Amino acid sequence: MFLKKNMKIKILPLVLVISFLIIFLIFYKGLNNSNIYTPETNLKKDVPNFKTKIFNSEKLIESDEIFENDKFYLVNIWASWCVPCREEHPFLVDLNKKKNLEIVGLNYKDNKKNAKIFLDDLGNPYDIILMDQDGTISIEWGAYGVPETFLIYNKKIIKKIIGPLDLKKVFEINELVK
Amino acid sequence: MKYLKYIIILFLVSNMNLSFADEQEIKLQNKITKNLRCLICQGQSIYDSDSQFAISLKILVEKKLSEGLSEKEIYEYFENKYGEWILYDPKFNKNTYFLWLLPILMFLLGGAILFKLFIIKKN
Repeated sequence: MFLKKNMKIKILPLVLVISFLIIFLIFYKGLNNSNIYTPETNLKKDVPNFKTKIFNSEKLIESDEIFENDKFYLVNIWASWCVPCREEHPFLVDLNKKKNLEIVGLNYKDNKKNAKIFLDDLGNPYDIILMDQDGTISIEWGAYGVPETFLIYNKKIIKKIIGPLDLKKVFEINELVK
Repeated sequence: MKYLKYIIILFLVSNMNLSFADEQEIKLQNKITKNLRCLICQGQSIYDSDSQFAISLKILVEKKLSEGLSEKEIYEYFENKYGEWILYDPKFNKNTYFLWLLPILMFLLGGAILFKLFIIKKN
């Protein structure tokens, strides 16, 4: 009887100490985790379905008409008001020289006149430019803002680049598109 | 004159119905945007934020609702685009079961301690 009572008293603090220790360990581990959200960039997702206007024309075009199988496409979301877009523009002009890569521009929430001036000043690397006046097509693509670039092959997104292109990223694209 | 009265009443009632439906839709829209995280802001929902990203998302929620998608389908749509992080309410799966069960476990443990201390001791 005495032994049993003694056991009872000892088990309770033990359970408490162990459970708090477990909780402490979990929170301590969580403390070391990065709290910066990094989106996944290597998703093999299908190209979204959308319908939009072509830049400088009133014609509507569907996504199925743009992307063909067995071909590389680079979709670049840009705007004339976006400063990093200006920085990455020379890289796009350079990438346009590649024969097996088509560059599709998606003009994001922009003023047509300013966009035209932007292209006149810095050159037009795009084979086709689509309009995204309210930003919803970019959301269909799963984009966060401008600039953002997607590499597409066989109607699938094989690489997603968030932020402006640089030498390293252009090299990665060149490695994939051969 | 008599008919005119009826027409006016009918007009008012139909108008009221319309504004009521609009109100319901706005309420649902707000509920959905409050449950979506603004991924480029810090600690803000889509509803709270005025960033370009949030504005576009609000437009898209409205569009999807008018297309006839349900609340759940809209969450699924955005989860598919941006991952689970966009939802404020984490789902119950192997990564989150501890998160969901911990409060219940602690509640049960506390209850057991209280039960032991007061009820068993009294007896």
